[in-house]
Amino acid sequence: MNETIKTDVVIIGAGPVGLFAVFELGLLDIKAHLVDILDKVGGQCAELYPEKPIYDIPGIPYITGQGLTQALMEQIKPFKPTFHLGEMVTTVEKTGEAAFRVGTDTGKIFECKAVVIAAGGGSFQPKRPPIDGIEAYEEKSVFYAVRKMEHFRDKRLLVVGGGDSALDWTLNLQPIARRLTLVHRRNEFRGAPDSVNKMRALVAAGGMDLKIGQVTALEGSNGMLAAATVKGNDGSLSRVECDAMLPFFGLTMRLGPVAQWGVKMENELIPVDTAAFESNIPGLFAIGDINTYPGKLKLILSGFHEAALMAQKAYRYVYPDKKLVFQYTTSSTSLQKKLGVA
Amino acid sequence: MKERDDAAGSQRVNGAPMPKIIFIEHDGTRHTVEAEIGTTVMETALRNDIGGIVAECGGSCTCATCLVHVDETWSPIVGPPSPEEEDMLDSAFEVKPTSRLSCQIKVTAALDGLIVHTPAYQGR
Repeated sequence: MNETIKTDVVIIGAGPVGLFAVFELGLLDIKAHLVDILDKVGGQCAELYPEKPIYDIPGIPYITGQGLTQALMEQIKPFKPTFHLGEMVTTVEKTGEAAFRVGTDTGKIFECKAVVIAAGGGSFQPKRPPIDGIEAYEEKSVFYAVRKMEHFRDKRLLVVGGGDSALDWTLNLQPIARRLTLVHRRNEFRGAPDSVNKMRALVAAGGMDLKIGQVTALEGSNGMLAAATVKGNDGSLSRVECDAMLPFFGLTMRLGPVAQWGVKMENELIPVDTAAFESNIPGLFAIGDINTYPGKLKLILSGFHEAALMAQKAYRYVYPDKKLVFQYTTSSTSLQKKLGVA
Repeated sequence: MKERDDAAGSQRVNGAPMPKIIFIEHDGTRHTVEAEIGTTVMETALRNDIGGIVAECGGSCTCATCLVHVDETWSPIVGPPSPEEEDMLDSAFEVKPTSRLSCQIKVTAALDGLIVHTPAYQGR
């Protein structure tokens, strides 16, 4: 079975604020593990605006989302955080005084002394197409991700979308599928040109079908698809028989399981005090876009401040018998040793 | 169907009237609001609490959750999406030839009276 991971703090969310929390905790000798549902660090900075400019990071007149993520990774390197990417925290339970048990959707269990929710706008999850009754097919014959390719062997597959996910899975699944149909709303594809060329070659050779249009209805029973209706751009309807559908319309932020952890919430945000950014559950902190308090601004710089104050309080849970002396990185040899510069 | 004229008692800035934008939600709720020249239709929608606009990425043209269907009469005036925006429309639903991302439509004097329809669903 899965081994339990023991650490000081679990940080939920590896966006800029979660990453900077590693730094602030690290200066206080607090070890952290980070869990993020994305397969990369950076959160919204990586997913929504890697190439877009940010102008309000103090002391940095201009930086991109990706640039900020890389800089933070460099800054926290001395503290050797452990990342668990592509995983979603599903459970958080308080098991005692300064004791939490945190579980993920891959079955990992963490035991820690404090938990920091730095989940931003929630978890990035696949967009669900607005097709009547689609919920009934999800995880049975409609899938937003491919976990096991074998699952799709000898099936009639409908892949929907025009980006790299749709094209990559089209190319990967075509050889094992009984028949594969790619549906996209237009005849131009934004995916990698090489993938587009390969897909078009397969269509020309009769190895797969390409349909231009949008899926408007599903047929089937007991969660098993039988066919989908594709509406062409001229309004014509066609029926495509299929055993499974894979829609790829990108990701959207949903709150996710946070609401089930017993933490007090208001309008999908976690109210915190402004001295330590702690929720109603002692030892469970919320920093960055997911928290709320009077005057809250959803800014990265506010999240950084919140991380610094959170760390001071987290120290009390991790080292209840030690006294915390405030120090500056500029002058403290002890802090500089931790940073590997002294 | 509700009717709300949010721009009642029209204000003037520097003497020039502000362009009005009419948002029609999927259930028919109609909002007539004033828009500041140079801002975007998405920002105008958020400032006026128009339903159906999520704008998850805050206007970076990276999430496709501020989709609007421009009224047919206005579509030629507003114009087509840029290639970058067209790519992003692939991540939206029920896309029509008149669909645009409202964060990519800048308010100008020429758009006074613009009518856009907001969808029921932006992917979440």
